[in-house]
Amino acid sequence: MITRREFLKTSLAGAAGAAISLAAIEMVDPGKVLAAAVQPEKNARWAFLIDSTKCVGCGLCVKACKLENGLPFEANISPTWVERYILTNGGELFADSPKAGRDGYTSKRVDLGMGKYQVVDKSDTKKAFFVPKLCNHCENPPCVQVCPVGATYRTPDGVVLVDKSWCIGCGYCIMACPYGARFIDPRTRTAGKCTFCYHRITKGLKTACVQACPFGARQFGNLNDPNDPVAKTIMTQRVVVLKDEYGTKPQAYYLGLSKEVR
Amino acid sequence: MHVLRPLLVVIALVAIVLAIRIFAVPVGFGVYDGGYIYGWYDQSSEEAAKSVEVKYQGREYCQGCHTEQSSKVSSSLHANIQCENCHGPAIKHPSEPPKLTIDTSRDLCLRCHADLPASLSGRSAIKGIDPDNHNPGVNCASCHNPHSPAPGAAK
Ligand code: HEC
Ligand code: HEC
Ligand code: HEC
Ligand code: HEC
Repeated sequence: MITRREFLKTSLAGAAGAAISLAAIEMVDPGKVLAAAVQPEKNARWAFLIDSTKCVGCGLCVKACKLENGLPFEANISPTWVERYILTNGGELFADSPKAGRDGYTSKRVDLGMGKYQVVDKSDTKKAFFVPKLCNHCENPPCVQVCPVGATYRTPDGVVLVDKSWCIGCGYCIMACPYGARFIDPRTRTAGKCTFCYHRITKGLKTACVQACPFGARQFGNLNDPNDPVAKTIMTQRVVVLKDEYGTKPQAYYLGLSKEVR
Repeated sequence: MHVLRPLLVVIALVAIVLAIRIFAVPVGFGVYDGGYIYGWYDQSSEEAAKSVEVKYQGREYCQGCHTEQSSKVSSSLHANIQCENCHGPAIKHPSEPPKLTIDTSRDLCLRCHADLPASLSGRSAIKGIDPDNHNPGVNCASCHNPHSPAPGAAK
């Protein structure tokens, strides 16, 4: 049987307890939270910006990426690649990316695969352009969701990485990625991918591909830094992302993309 | 007794698995930023990703020693091209490797100068040549200066 006195005592104690925990919440100063968020070096959110109208298809970014990251140069895998698109006057679309564009585009022959080539004459092109691609470092990375062992993850600064010592090489992530950005690294036989050159960006350097690009087609920035020119462009210009309908929230933004790009 | 014995065996097996887990799973393993779906990993692997060696040093690195080439390139039509794009990553040059490669192949220049259909690309703003007809078989560098190409004519 509960007496009135006991009831009052416990409910008062409960109210006091609730008040204390509420006080704890209020003690968090919103100003401080904001300050922490705008401390760009400590609280980075990396993002990539690609101006595909500036790309000339020289492939120097792909070369730099593979050499910087020590990937076997001849193996047909690459964390980043450059695609070529040619739309003829007749409306036919040709696209290729031989060797990921590593040696640049030096010939008019479009590689159709299976040893077939197509030469498109300059006068017969309606549109012709290059598109650099890489891992989009999605905010909702499907490749991370499917990993059965927790070997791939998104870092607090928004980079999707692979733990080489823990990956079992099952290849689920390669299947899950809608952008085809992952591959099996023949050195370790584990999943490999673009790391946004994590070893460089965490030292304040640019990624190897951004540094190599002579034309500013590739740029890299920190979305949490309000003074970052790349962040400003992403926030204020007409940027698009690839395969938005998948809901992956890519962090590689494109300027001047054409609807033919898949 | 008939029930208890297999039960003990099962309990022992579970205990063994849990004990092995303690040693096999790295200490850094846990749920971090991003929750269980995106942030379940071994935090020490972030350090592994950071510890990759930096190989491309950037053109500022070359300036002090190769002053002549650096000043030439920076005031030329090729000013935007990093030295290492043509000479390969410096890594720890000049201690290792003592010399960087000098690539005089036509392919290096054709990356940008081969005439291609590229109407909507910056490529159309670069002077293009037809590789099959523009002095085939001769290295570009024997007529053009790679560090300061003269506009329109050979060196
Ligand atoms: C600390 C000084 C130093 C720095 C910095 C340096 N180099 Fe060198 N480099 C040398 C020396 C010394 C040699 C050897 C010269 C020789 O043996 O003729 C050399 C050789 C070379 C060669 C071969 C030259 C030849 O005639 O065979 C190239 C190409 C080269 N360097 C490019 C670069 C580039 C590109 C960079 C910047 C990424 C760079 N170097 C940075 C000192 C330097
Ligand atoms: C467009 C490609 C390209 C770029 C950019 C470039 N080089 Fe070169 N470099 C060459 C080629 C090709 C040669 C060989 C020239 C020859 O054989 O006549 C060369 C030769 C050299 C040599 C050997 C000595 C000489 O002058 O012939 C050095 C040293 C050198 N480059 C350093 C540099 C440095 C430093 C930079 C950056 C400031 C740089 N290069 C940028 C293509 C390039
Ligand atoms: C035998 C010497 C020689 C060789 C080898 C050579 N060129 Fe030239 N190049 C010339 C001369 C001379 C001109 C200027 C006259 C002309 O336009 O043909 C020229 C012009 C050019 C132009 C300017 C074209 C324009 O429309 O104004 C470019 C770009 C060029 N060359 C690139 C290259 C490249 C890239 C290579 C190597 C694949 C190369 N050249 C090999 C002699 C040479
Ligand atoms: C990364 C792309 C790139 C590479 C690689 C490159 N160039 Fe250039 N080159 C340019 C750009 C950009 C210009 C300036 C725009 C123009 O005039 O075409 C230029 C200009 C030139 C010109 C002057 C053309 C003119 O008449 O105005 C010559 C000649 C030339 N380059 C030769 C070479 C040679 C030789 C090589 C190889 C050693 C080479 N280029 C490699 C991008 C490149």
